[in-house]
Parts: sequence; structure tokens; C-alpha cells
Amino acid sequence: MARNATPLKPRRQAPPPPKPRAGARAARSAWHHRFEAWRLHHRDSAVDALRRMRATPTATAMTVLVIAIALALPAGITVLLENARAATQGWDGNAHLSVFLKRDIDSSRQQALAGAWGARADVERVQVVTREQALAEFRELSGFGEVLDALPDNPLPPLVMVFPRDTTPGALETLQKQLGEAREVDLVQLDVQWVKRLHAMLELAGRIVGALTLALALAVVLVVVNTIRLAIESRREEIVVVKIVGGTDGFVRRPFLYTGFWYGLAGGLVAVLLVQIALLWIGSPVDQLTALYESEYSLIGMGWINAVVLPLFAGLLGLMGAWLAVSRHLQDVDPHLL
Amino acid sequence: MIQLDRVSKRYPIPGGGGKDALRQVSLHLPAGELTFLTGHSGAGKSTLLKLIMMIERPTAGEIIVDGLPLNRIGSGGIPLLRRKIGMVHQNHQLLFDRSVYDNVALPLIIAGFPRADIGKRVRAALDKVGLLDKEKLNPVMLSGGEQQRIGIARAVVNKPPLLLADEPTGNLDPALSAEIMDLFQDFARVGVAVLIATHDLSLIARYQHRLLSLREGRLIADRGEDIHGA
Ligand SMILES: Nc1ncnc2c1ncn2[C@@H]1O[C@H](COP(=O)(O)OP(=O)(O)OP(=O)(O)O)[C@@H](O)[C@H]1O
Ligand SMILES: [Mg+2]
Repeated sequence: MARNATPLKPRRQAPPPPKPRAGARAARSAWHHRFEAWRLHHRDSAVDALRRMRATPTATAMTVLVIAIALALPAGITVLLENARAATQGWDGNAHLSVFLKRDIDSSRQQALAGAWGARADVERVQVVTREQALAEFRELSGFGEVLDALPDNPLPPLVMVFPRDTTPGALETLQKQLGEAREVDLVQLDVQWVKRLHAMLELAGRIVGALTLALALAVVLVVVNTIRLAIESRREEIVVVKIVGGTDGFVRRPFLYTGFWYGLAGGLVAVLLVQIALLWIGSPVDQLTALYESEYSLIGMGWINAVVLPLFAGLLGLMGAWLAVSRHLQDVDPHLL
Repeated sequence: MIQLDRVSKRYPIPGGGGKDALRQVSLHLPAGELTFLTGHSGAGKSTLLKLIMMIERPTAGEIIVDGLPLNRIGSGGIPLLRRKIGMVHQNHQLLFDRSVYDNVALPLIIAGFPRADIGKRVRAALDKVGLLDKEKLNPVMLSGGEQQRIGIARAVVNKPPLLLADEPTGNLDPALSAEIMDLFQDFARVGVAVLIATHDLSLIARYQHRLLSLREGRLIADRGEDIHGA
């Protein structure tokens, strides 16, 4: 035991020791030291926050999982919506006008009309469906063969399908009107309505997901606020001691801010994992489905940019939650209360 | 170094009224002097120290520390004030989830000392209180007197210009008390203002230092210096 060893060596008549010596070099090195100390405290806070999270694995896993689920839900739905958009993108090109001719128009007149329309600058191609073809197709598709046989004559009108170059709704409607003016034409049907409806539905779904994302992001922030509030509560004494020996608010705050950030980041990473697993899981049924429709379409994943952005965004949410908790609850912990 | 001008402190009591812990206390503690502060339990000794540390705020009067009136210090300035003052707390105020070393290093880390210096300073402080061989232990494993000495090491580790000690020898045997007193006197000798609150009359009697006595929050005696000298 070094009881009687090394008494403090007095520096007689010297001013109190901690005053920094004057001089530009000393000042610069003081700044350097201060920056270095600040950097080291950031590092220590970050590591310490991680260590504390690891020390309570169950509680940490619960919080991280809650955050992950709250984030995976909107992220997953967004990916599905993007897939729906991509899958239906090409369908605009199939928009066409079904021009039903009067029933007494014969097939040579039908061919002539189709030829004339096909030559128009705003039409890409036409397809002629004669009354006989229409009947054969209908018979095959509907299974009403016997009923049709019983009819005295073919009830179906001759049909010309017109595929326009420009498939914007305005152009389609103009063409519809112009074709409808012909004497031989009975009805021009625009087969674009359902595409419009689908797109409107996707748009609506997008907005609902947006609102859901906002609500769940708020939930993530609140989860972190609560977690950090509890952490502050359980470390009251430590906070008091740090404040008593001259710790600034920033110094006290830092470990908690890192804790919030780590929670968010971990939650975001697990969310990415959950979404990827879900995509793998539904991937093969989708492939079967698209094969049925003779489509080359295959599922779009999250993309690695989103897989990076989501955890960072989540980390930011965590930081925000920690900040809220700290600015609300840290002032409640003051040395004079002990 | 420290000046109090008609300082009063009234603690609010839940349910109305208040407790006057200090009444119209005026005093001056110059640099380089060791002063004892005594008085019965509840006389207001700890309260006086807490006011100087800005742990509590006075109800009336003015306190000036190192030329700085405390009522002009905002909450942002409090940490800087506290770094100038080493305080030994009556209830130690240690961190029980860290080693002795980490406890003593805390003020240095907070003040942003270069890491290379910290080890040296912490060991020097632990050496002075005779705990050099306990640096890796947790304070829980140490006796009351040893814990008290951790608090003392932490108070002196950054060599502050001001030292406040609240019953620093309360748990120490006479030999250790004498050693700690030597330490405090060494600090006073190099220009540190030292204020020691204590019940220990035999300790006070052994040294010829200035003595302030409180009774019911009033300063009733000042041995060694003019009570109104400021
Ligand atoms: N936070 C507080 N709230 C209300 N009253 C308080 C508070 N702190 C102290 N007091 C009261 O103020 C008076 C002075 O207390 P203080 O702790 O300063 O006494 P002391 O001289 O340090 O006593 P001791 O020698 O027992 O440590 C006491 O009567 C105490 O009850
Ligand atoms: Mg006391």
C-alpha cells in the first residue's frame, strides 16, 4: 500500500495548475486536444451504447424487432406496388379501339374500311375480325355453341380492331370520334377504361402506403423515445455524477443519441432482411403466374440502394426519437434532486 | 477565490412553507488557504458547498467564484464552473458500474484531457490516496473509507483551483485522516482555496486553520479571520 508515498509536490507560488500556458502553440495544441477528446468521446459513446444494448439481448431484440416490423410493412408493400406498376406499364400499348360495323356490311367492304383506317397516320395497325371469325371465337370461348347453332343467323357484327400510335386518352378519344362518324360504323368502343381504372387504383394504393409509412415512422420514433426514456431513468445516478464533475449536456446526451441511432439502424437492417425473405417466399408463385400469362415478367426486388437507404433512414428516425426523449427527460435529472 | 454576500437558502417544503438552511451568510475564502466549516447536523454545511457548486441556487444574496458572479452563469456555464471545483461529496457519488480507475478518470475525460495524460494523472491521484493497487476493482468491492478516498482522488485529479470537501474524513481512521489532511494542505500551499466541512472537532483542533461555524444556517464564529473581511 502506497499510503505514505509521494505527497503532492507543491509548486510554490505558482498559479493554480490547470490554467493553460500562454502562447499560440499551446493554444493550438489545446484545440487539437479538445477536438481529439471530442472525437474519442463520440467513439466511446457509440461503442458504449452498443455494449449496453448487447448486455440486455432480449430487451434489445424486442425493441429492434418492433422497429423492424413497423418498417418492413410499408417497405414491403411499396416493393409490391412497384411490381404492380412495372407489370402493368406495357399494357398501355395494347389500348385499342374496337370498331363494330353495322351487321349488313359485307367482308369486302369491311376489308376496304380496315385498309383505309390502317393507312391513317395516327394508326399503327388494324386487325379484321369477320363475323364468321367472331362467331367461331365466341363459340370456342363461351361454350354456348348449341345456343348459337339454334339461332337463325350469326348475331355478331363485323369488327375492326384499330391500334393507334398515340395511346394517350385525348388522342384515343379524338380517333374514336372520327371513326364513329363513318356511315358503316355502329359503335366504337374504347378499351382503355380499365387501364385507367387500374392506374387510378395503383395511385390510390400508393397514397395509402404513403400515409401508412408516415404513421409507422412515427411509431418507430415513439418506440425509441420510450426506450431512451427508460434508459435515462435507469441511469439517473450516473447522469448526476457526470453533471456534478462538469459534464456538459452534450456529453450526457451523446451516449443516448447513439443508442437511439443504433436501435433505428438495427431495426432498419432487420426490416430489409424481412422484406427480402418475404420476396423470396412469394417469388416462385409469381414466376408460375407470369408463366401462365406468357409474360417474361419477374419480381423486382428492393434494390440495393433502398436496402442501404432504409436502414440509414431508420437510424435517423432513431436519432430523432432519442433526441426527443433526451430533450424532454434529461432536464428532469439534476444533481439537486439527489 | 470564493465570496458570499448575505447568502440565504430556503428549501421549499412540500405542503407549504420552507426550511431556511442558510441565513444571511457572508464570507470570503482567499486562494491558498484551508478553511474548516463546522456546525451541528442540519446547520447548512452541505447546503453552502452545494451553492458554490451551483447544485443549488441561493434564495437571496450573491456568490462570486473566481471573480465570476454565479447568478450571471447560465446553464451552459455550469459545467465549466464545476470543472474548476473539485468536490468531495458527503455521499461519495461514485459510479458503481465502472472501475475505480474509470471513476477517477471521469473529470479528465469530461474536460477533454489528452488520453496520454489521463493515465498518469489518475495513477498519481490514486497514489496520493493510497489506492493505486485497487484501480481495476469496482467501488462496490471497497470499504467505506476506500470509497471515500476514491471520491477524494476524483476531486483532486484535475488539480482544480478550488477544493470543497464535505466530511472527507468521516469514514477514515486517524492515520488516514492525517494523510488526507496533508494532501489538502499541500493543495492550499500551491494556491488552491480549500474548504472542508466537518463534524470532526479533534481533526479541527489538530490544525491551526481558519474555522467557520454555522448554527441554524447562521455564521456564528470565524476563527482566524475577520468575519466581514471580503
Ligand atoms: N433538498 C432539500 N430539501 C429540503 N430541505 C433540505 C434539503 N437539503 C437540505 N435540507 C435541509 O436544510 C438543512 C441543512 O441541510 P444540510 O444538508 O446543509 O446540513 P449539514 O450541515 O450538511 O448537515 P450534516 O452535518 O448532517 O450533513 C437541514 O435542515 C435539511 O433538512
Ligand atoms: Mg452535510
